[in-house]
Amino acid sequence: MPSSAQEAFDKLTHTVGTPTVDNAKMQTRNVNVFYGEKQAIYDVDLDIGQNEVIAMIGPSGCGKSTFLRCLNRMNDTIPSCRVTGQMSLDGEDLYGADLDPVLLRARVGMVFQKPNPFAKSIYDNVAYGPRIHGLAGNRAELDDIVVDSLRKAGLYDEVKDRLDAPGTSLSGGQQQRLCIARTIAVSPEVILMDEPCSALDPIATARIEELIDELRENFAIAIVTHSMQQAARVSQRCAYFHLGKLVEVDDTSTVFTNPQHELTENYITGRFG
Amino acid sequence: MSSLDQKASSSATTERVKASLRKRYAAEKRFKLYGIVAISASIAFLFLLMGSIISKGLPAFSQTYVNLNVSLSAEQLDIDPTATDSELRRANFSGVIKQAMRDRFPDVSKRRDKKALYSLISTGAEYDLYDRIVADRSLIGQNVNLWLIADDELSAIVKSKSDLSAPDSIVTRLTDQQVGWAKNLQDAGDVDVRFNRTFFVNGDSREPELAGIKAALMGSAFTLLITFTLSFPIAVASAIYLEEFAPQNRWTDIVEVNINNLAAVPSIVFGLLGLAVFINFFHLPRSAPIVGGIVLSLMTLPTIIISSRAALKAVPPSIREAARGLGASPLQVVTHHVLPLAMPGILTGTIIGLAQALGETAPLLMIGMVAFIVDIPTSVTDAATVLPVQVFLWADSPERAFLEKTSAAIMVLLVFLILMNAIAVMLRKRFERRW
Repeated sequence: MPSSAQEAFDKLTHTVGTPTVDNAKMQTRNVNVFYGEKQAIYDVDLDIGQNEVIAMIGPSGCGKSTFLRCLNRMNDTIPSCRVTGQMSLDGEDLYGADLDPVLLRARVGMVFQKPNPFAKSIYDNVAYGPRIHGLAGNRAELDDIVVDSLRKAGLYDEVKDRLDAPGTSLSGGQQQRLCIARTIAVSPEVILMDEPCSALDPIATARIEELIDELRENFAIAIVTHSMQQAARVSQRCAYFHLGKLVEVDDTSTVFTNPQHELTENYITGRFG
Repeated sequence: MSSLDQKASSSATTERVKASLRKRYAAEKRFKLYGIVAISASIAFLFLLMGSIISKGLPAFSQTYVNLNVSLSAEQLDIDPTATDSELRRANFSGVIKQAMRDRFPDVSKRRDKKALYSLISTGAEYDLYDRIVADRSLIGQNVNLWLIADDELSAIVKSKSDLSAPDSIVTRLTDQQVGWAKNLQDAGDVDVRFNRTFFVNGDSREPELAGIKAALMGSAFTLLITFTLSFPIAVASAIYLEEFAPQNRWTDIVEVNINNLAAVPSIVFGLLGLAVFINFFHLPRSAPIVGGIVLSLMTLPTIIISSRAALKAVPPSIREAARGLGASPLQVVTHHVLPLAMPGILTGTIIGLAQALGETAPLLMIGMVAFIVDIPTSVTDAATVLPVQVFLWADSPERAFLEKTSAAIMVLLVFLILMNAIAVMLRKRFERRW
């Protein structure tokens, strides 16, 4: 890091730009995350609005994935992980005593970096969520949910003749779309995506990006990505993380054309990161 | 550096790499050779072992019978023709068989010779006669040609296909005179070698020709049933708890260390524990498969727990995350996703544990499963013995014919094991799924 940038980082006490929105679906205030003694996230305030895609960018190890995984408490299973501050979904405290993490994850779905379909058929992969939550009263309803989810994920036409084939028999891009179909089958309110395209080729990536844009109609989406082009293409707002601090957050066009902070500018112009 | 120097240095590099390549390939070849030698050696030993067991054990699967004309008159049997089955038991079966032998060899007159003659027929022939008469009462009063079980020594020289006309060349406890009678019977076509059904339907016996494997086989089956029903669920549940739910702290560390230590405890210690706790304290029946099964499950538990934990650990975390991310509860994550994927590994561990239990002798000696069991056990509380203990008992017996029984029992044990493994492989195939 150039020494001037280091200075800029050290001086950074509050986030540049507008971290809050009017129609917030999820709100986070003063969030700090620790792994044991080590602090991974410093005082992050960030809102995720209804029907928007917010991209989180930043160099490796900047805490963007950690922050994302706190939003549906996926970090609970790491014993040393500790979260302070407020996080809420529709005003409900995520880390409150009366919030059930299982229910939270039904409302806040997640798509992972590596496609991870279950060792089950394509149908069962998508039907799994609705089944465990009892979302379908009978087989016909379940069929509808599965077909509808596969359609929304843009996968239905490719797999409609082989719904019984194992999910793992699909190509990487198809598997990732299957994982997205599986996530939206539960009808969550928010979808978190942790570098969903990093294991995919450009064509599959383009399909997923189109899909994200379509999904915005119904869901709030937070996506972590290493590709700035992707962030520019799919998101309405963009948050830049650096060493655990949220440096800048604003409309995507503003961040990419007129970054306010020196660190953001360095990153998006490719000077480091 | 000029281009010439570069060329020279690059060709020098090539030379060096070439020289080292030869060495590396030679090392690889040597390594492969070691592997092939090792595998050939182990296969050779295996064949030697199997060959020896099979060649020694095969004769045990055939039984020699002698054809005699037996007169079953009520008078000779010393019974009332209307006798009940239980009264029939007291009939003089040995008398009619001896009479039949005397009739067959009328020249034998001396008391000692007669005794030698009678000893060619097994005492089991008497029980055989009883069974036949109970099955068909009309035999009483008739003269019938019957094939009766021969004594083990006679059986041995017949089965070895030795030349009976040269008694000196045969290694046997029979006298030359007895061999002569055997030759006489053989020449007349009155000796026959048949499949040995007795071996599979009888329990143990002092007489090798009457000794069977079934009591030990049933004993092993009951013992393993108890072992499996106890150890499998307990071990898998412990493994799941330790691997998926337990917090990582000092207590779970202690538990883990102790499980690993338990796996290394000599099996006889488990036998002593079984004797002290289950028999002396809880007063469970001695020599019974239930106690044997409990003791062997204690011994098998650590094996299954360790391998199950390894299998659970091998399930990719991404599957757990995927399920958790969809809102599956921790138990659903395990039962729907992790356990099915770990099942092949768990089954492998289970089968290794059970195979160990099947071959275990020492702890069973401590709880009295070393008994001489004639009656086939019909429940887990009946006195029983198991296959390896039966092998041990027969190997210890002085009669030569028990040698072949020993090998045959080992063969039955191996077949049992192979069947068990086959079932495990089948189950594993069913569960095996890619991810």
